[in-house]
Amino acid sequence: MKVKHLLSAADLSREDAIAVLDTAREMAAMAGREVKKLPTLRGRTVVNLFYEDSTRTRISFEAAAKRLSADVINFSAKGSSVSKGESLKDTALTLQAMGADAVVVRHPAAGAPHRLAGWVDGSVLNAGDGTHEHPTQALLDAYTIRSRHGRIEGLKVAIVGDVLHSRVARSNVHLLHTLGAHVTLVAPPTLLPVGVHAWPADVSYELDAVLPGVDVVMMLRVQRERMTDSFFPSEREYSRRYGLDLDRLRGLPSHAIVMHPGPMNRGVEISPEVADSARSTIVEQVANGVSVRMAVLYLLLGGAP
Amino acid sequence: MSKAYLLKGVRVLGGPAADLLLRDGIIAAVGRIGAATAKGAEVVDADGLVALPGLVDLHTHLREPGREDAETVESGSRAAALGGYTAVCAMANTSPVADTAGVVEQVFRLGREAGLVDVQPVGAVTVGLGGQRLAELGAMAESAAGVRMFSDDGHCVHDPRLMRRALEYVKAFDGVIAQHAEEPRLTQDAQMHEGVVSAELGLPGWPAVAEEAIIARDVLLAEHVGARLHVCHVSTAGSVEILRWAKRRGIRVTAEVTPHHLLLTDERARGYDPVFKVNPPLRTQSDVDALREALVDGTIDAVATDHAPHALQDKECEWAYAKPGMLGLETALSIVITTMLDSLGWDGIAERMSRAPARIAGLRSHGQAFAPSHAQVRGGASSAKGAPANLTLVDPQAKWTVDPSRLASRSRNTPYAGMELTGRVVATFLRGVPTVLDGKATR
Repeated sequence: MKVKHLLSAADLSREDAIAVLDTAREMAAMAGREVKKLPTLRGRTVVNLFYEDSTRTRISFEAAAKRLSADVINFSAKGSSVSKGESLKDTALTLQAMGADAVVVRHPAAGAPHRLAGWVDGSVLNAGDGTHEHPTQALLDAYTIRSRHGRIEGLKVAIVGDVLHSRVARSNVHLLHTLGAHVTLVAPPTLLPVGVHAWPADVSYELDAVLPGVDVVMMLRVQRERMTDSFFPSEREYSRRYGLDLDRLRGLPSHAIVMHPGPMNRGVEISPEVADSARSTIVEQVANGVSVRMAVLYLLLGGAP
Repeated sequence: MSKAYLLKGVRVLGGPAADLLLRDGIIAAVGRIGAATAKGAEVVDADGLVALPGLVDLHTHLREPGREDAETVESGSRAAALGGYTAVCAMANTSPVADTAGVVEQVFRLGREAGLVDVQPVGAVTVGLGGQRLAELGAMAESAAGVRMFSDDGHCVHDPRLMRRALEYVKAFDGVIAQHAEEPRLTQDAQMHEGVVSAELGLPGWPAVAEEAIIARDVLLAEHVGARLHVCHVSTAGSVEILRWAKRRGIRVTAEVTPHHLLLTDERARGYDPVFKVNPPLRTQSDVDALREALVDGTIDAVATDHAPHALQDKECEWAYAKPGMLGLETALSIVITTMLDSLGWDGIAERMSRAPARIAGLRSHGQAFAPSHAQVRGGASSAKGAPANLTLVDPQAKWTVDPSRLASRSRNTPYAGMELTGRVVATFLRGVPTVLDGKATR
C-alpha cells in the first residue's frame, strides 16, 4: 500500500482499497483451515489503544493481529496512566519507546489518530475517532457488499440515519465513492451536516422514496440522547419516518441487503424482524471484520502483496 | 532629561525621506534637521524605513494574573513592542478576572513596571465573566487604570437585558462595551467553522449565524439606548453586512478584525493541529475576502490581534481538548503588510492599526504621531511636530520566516510557523524612549 497510516478512508486509492478487499478474501479462506495462523507479523508489536469502550472493534483487531502472529498489547484508557491524566502525547511517546510497529486507536475526539501519527514512528490505524471516521468499518462493509453482490461498482447504496454524528457514514461515503458505488444519504435534515452538499453523495429526507431503487441499505445507530437535544421529536416519530421495519423491507428489491455497523437499537432504527432476517448481513459483517483488519495490518506492516 | 534620538532618512507613512528628532517624549522636529538642532541626539540610521505611529492593540490577552506560564504582562509587552505596538488593551479574562478596581490597577501597574508598552486594562462587564451581574464598571473607570473599555471577551454578554444595561450604564463615563459576539446555545461544543470542512472532519460546527445574530441584536440595542458598541474579532461576511447597515444608519458601532481572519481559512483545520483552533474560528475564503474589503472601506475600523498565548500542553493535544487562540502581536503588522498594503497603503495601515484603535480605546497619547491633526507630511517636511513620540519603524522589504522558538512571547502557538512574511519592525519608541532597536527589545 502506498500509505503508511490508515487515518481516513479517503487515504485509500482505488487500487489500495481493492488490494485490501482481495487480501481479506485470502485471509478469510485461511480462517477455514485447521491452523488459523500466519507467521507474517511475527516479532512485530501491535498496540490496541482504546480511549472508548468498544469490545467489538478491539476484539476484532486483537484477533486479526494474533492470527498474523503479532505481539498484541491492549491499552485501554480506563485503569491506566490515561485515567491518571496522562496526555495523548505522553502515551504516544511511551508506545514509541516500547517499539510499537502499529497503533490501533479508538478515541472520542475527532482527529486524535492524526495527532498520534505525528508523534509515533509506527503505523497508526484509526479504529474510530469521534464523529469523524472509522475506515476499517467501511472496508468491512465494502467487503460484505462485494461478497453478497459480487461487485461494488455501480451499486446503489442508501445510508440511513444519524449521518451528522456518524463516523461510519463518513468513511463509507469516501470508500464507496472510491469504489464506484452510488450513495444516497437518507436522514432528517437535522441529522445531516451543513456542508453535506460537498460530499460525493445524494441526499434525501424520504426513506420510502429511496428504498425501491437500492441494492444496499445501511442503517446507522441513532443515539437516544439525540432526542433530548431536539434533533427529532421522539423515538417513535423517528422510527416511523426513518426506521427499517418489515413493511419497508418488503418494499426493497428482492436482491437488496440490509446492513448495520452495530450496536443496534432494535425497535428504533431497525426492527428485530429485519435485523434477524435473511436479508440482514449484520453477523456476517462482524465475521468479515477480522479478515479485513488482518488484510489492513498485513498490507500496512508486511509490505506489498 | 531623557536621551534624544535623531532618526535619519525615515519615510513617514511611506512618504519621502526625512529626519525625525525625538526629544522629551515628543517629536521635536521633522524634515531636514541640522546638527545644531540635533545636538546631543543619538543618530539612528533609518534610511528607507517606514515610520508609523506606534500601533495600538484593542485586544490582547496577557494572561497575568493567573496563567503566568503562558504569558506575563512583561513578556507580552515585549512581544508587543517587537511587533511595533506602543499600547495594548489587556483583556479581562485573567484569574482572578479583571472585574474590580483592584485587579485592573494591578495589571496597569505591572504594565508600567515593564515599561515596554502602555498596558491599558479592559474591565470585565459582568462579575467573574459570569454573564449574571454587572461588575463595578464605575469603580474600574475611576481607578488609576482609568478603564473605558469593558468586555467579557471569551464569553458573550448574551443576556439581552444585561447587555442593554451595560451599554447604557457606561455612557456615564464615555465607556464602550466590546462584545465577543457568540450566541452560546448555537455554539455549544463547537470546534470550528460550520461548513464543508467541519462536515468532513466530523468536528462540531460554529455557525456564522451565532456571531451575526448577536451583532444584529447589539447594534439595535446600541441604537435604542444611544450607546457605543465595539464588536470584537468580526469573522464573517454576514457580520460585515450588518455592520455596514448599522453604520449607514448612524449607529455608534466600531469593529475590529484579527490578522488571522484576514489570512487563514478553515481549510487549516485539516490535519487537526489545534494551533489553528481559535474563537471565533477561521472561516472561509469568501469571509476573508469580505473582511479585507470591509477593512478597506472602513466598515471595520481596526485590526486587533486577539493575541492569545497558551501553554504547550494546552495545544499539544487533541483538537477538541485544546484551548482556542493564537499568538498575534509579533506577526500582526507583517500579516497586514502582506495582505493589505496594496489596498490600504501606509496611511491606511496607520489608521487601522494605530489611530482608529487609539480613538476607540480612548488612548489620547497614542495614534497621534503623523496624524492629520498634527499636520500631515506635506511636501516632506512641515510638522508632525509636537506629537507624543510613540512610533515604530518598519523595514517594508524585509522578509522573515516565523520561528516560534524565537518569539518573545512565553508561548509558541503561532499559526504562522515556517511562513515567510514581508515587513519587519526595526525600532519602536514609547514617548521617545526606544523599546526596540535594531529589531531587539531594549529591556
